[in-house]
Amino acid sequence: MMLQFLATKTIRAALTMWLVITFVFIVLRISGDPTDILLPDDASDAVRNFYRAKWGLDRPLWDQYLSYWSALLTGDFGISLRNNLPAWDMVMDRAPKTLLLGGTALGFSLAIGLPLGILAAWWRGSSLDRAVMTTAVFGFSMPNFFLGILLILTFSLHLRWLPSSGSETAAHLILPAFTLGTAFAAQLARFTRSAMIDVLTKPYMTTAKSKGASEARRVFAHAVPNASVPIATILGLKVGELIGGAVVTETVFAWPGLGRLLVHAVAVRDLAVVQAILILIAATMVATNLLVDLYYGWADPRVRVGRTKGARA
Amino acid sequence: MPLIQVDTLDVTIRRRDGTPVQPVRGVSLCVDAGETLALVGESGCGKSLTCLAIAGLLPRRARAQGRVVMQDTDLLALPRRAARLRRRALIASVFQDATNALNPVRPIGWQVAEAIRLRRSVTRAEAGNEAVRLLGRVGLPEPERRAREYPHQFSGGMNQRAMIALAIAGRPHLLIADEATTALDVTIQAQILDLIADLQAELGMGMIFVTHDLGIVAQAADRAAVMYAGRIVETAPVTALFASPRHPYTRGLLQALPRVDHDGRPLSTIDGIVPPPDRMPPGCAFAPRCPRVGAGCDATIPVSQPLTEAPARSVACHRPVPLSEEV
Ligand SMILES: Nc1ncnc2c1ncn2[C@@H]1O[C@H](COP(=O)(O)OP(=O)(O)OP(=O)(O)O)[C@@H](O)[C@H]1O
Ligand SMILES: [Mg+2]
Repeated sequence: MMLQFLATKTIRAALTMWLVITFVFIVLRISGDPTDILLPDDASDAVRNFYRAKWGLDRPLWDQYLSYWSALLTGDFGISLRNNLPAWDMVMDRAPKTLLLGGTALGFSLAIGLPLGILAAWWRGSSLDRAVMTTAVFGFSMPNFFLGILLILTFSLHLRWLPSSGSETAAHLILPAFTLGTAFAAQLARFTRSAMIDVLTKPYMTTAKSKGASEARRVFAHAVPNASVPIATILGLKVGELIGGAVVTETVFAWPGLGRLLVHAVAVRDLAVVQAILILIAATMVATNLLVDLYYGWADPRVRVGRTKGARA
Repeated sequence: MPLIQVDTLDVTIRRRDGTPVQPVRGVSLCVDAGETLALVGESGCGKSLTCLAIAGLLPRRARAQGRVVMQDTDLLALPRRAARLRRRALIASVFQDATNALNPVRPIGWQVAEAIRLRRSVTRAEAGNEAVRLLGRVGLPEPERRAREYPHQFSGGMNQRAMIALAIAGRPHLLIADEATTALDVTIQAQILDLIADLQAELGMGMIFVTHDLGIVAQAADRAAVMYAGRIVETAPVTALFASPRHPYTRGLLQALPRVDHDGRPLSTIDGIVPPPDRMPPGCAFAPRCPRVGAGCDATIPVSQPLTEAPARSVACHRPVPLSEEV
């Protein structure tokens, strides 16, 4: 059962990646003839045809598609048009910075959002609950660029406590990670609260109480494992938003990550780099969702034995 | 001294609009060790809230007042933690919907073992073995394998057996079974009733057995308390209650019961509906539906009084049914 579940999910993830990569291939084809972009406007047809043949553009589409794949599989994502470096190397140069920023922001949101959501749910209706939920509304209705600028004005320009741009030291990480993580933490707190309240009113929570289990035991041994299933779903879906938010945040804080590279590459139509970043982002999201699916299988026995009721569509 | 003595228990619930209602009023009852008290009455009369109040499981909007005395201690007067620990040592509950009363993400055996570990200091492994033994004791086939399965893999009857194993895991002095067999089909219901009776004899537990099926009462209980609109209107040993109900409401319930010696008379029903907790009539709550209603019934609330001729029985009625009248 578990093995079949694993296999299904892995095949689905692979299929998604294949679709994404094919989609990127098609977009690159219809976005124009590379010789138009690369060669001078007054290049002769003979020269153009020479380069078309050299880059394989004169071959049938299926043939191009196959060589595109065989290149990808050997890790060849093409050459950046701007500085002749392999696109993959440029992307990998930046990826750790984005991973650092995104990972810190995610960790921060989890560390803030989950406990506050759990506390607010347990003491629902209390003043703590109201305070958390009101703060959360502010947190997630604040656009990233606005919050970022606000933080720079306060902590960099006015108080001069923290640097406003760059990525050299740990201090550089604080403002952008806070900016990127705040909205996510707020959403997570709200979602955790509602998932927990849903679980806390279930009959099995009364059973746990009837056993004489302590409050902590009821929350952490009974409620949280149940609530974690919908929470994991949301996490999987929101990672895409986190990546999107990273683009904005990196720009505001001049953080040298993939987001800024992507904005730049799109602006100068550096297609090989755009392609490599898109595939990497897609792979990240597919991997996240695969992890979430595996988590279901682990956390919810009803999913594991193939009854997918209650699971993500 | 009875195992549990409940004195003038009120349950007040604050509704969402803020207005309080009191679905349980002045309930007094007692249960001896090894004895089964059936709590009967129509839907909504407050049976479940009474049980939840005793077991300390009321929803957060509800509050219990009065006294619930076990082992010389008033559980309602204890601080929260002390009350939890005391109840943990004394009381266990079994509910109607066993499948939803079990945690869907925990193996059955884990859930029983947890109940054991909360009550006794045993190792994880010992608790696991004991859980398997208990699951076998309540009649689960292949308990070793079943202990590793989850509630959704069980039938309703099997989950109720597991729930019973979980309840007796702590060797409670009092078992509260709130419609524990209502959701099950008739054969399973009979098996579960037998199982509960066996366990009760084996462990010497007192039991509060809630049902609105009077048919089960005769077979499952020693005494019965009849509730109407939040109050206990009549308490009596089961045989006496069936032979000569003294409260007009009890008589109405019994007349609505199909009998083995059914003589062709149409089954009667009690006309009218139970008044909702926020619209209680003054005086006796049953007066508007009562065939014996008379002067004074709507003036004061009748007090439950022991019968002079049968001190084990009590009835709360201004105009009780005379002893001579049969059902
Ligand atoms: N959480 C609640 N909020 C408001 N009213 C409630 C709540 N729980 C119970 N009540 C009311 O209290 C009254 C008694 O409910 P209770 O569940 O004790 O009845 P019951 O005798 O167990 O009925 P049943 O046979 O249907 O289980 C009902 O009128 C019900 O509407
Ligand atoms: Mg009930």
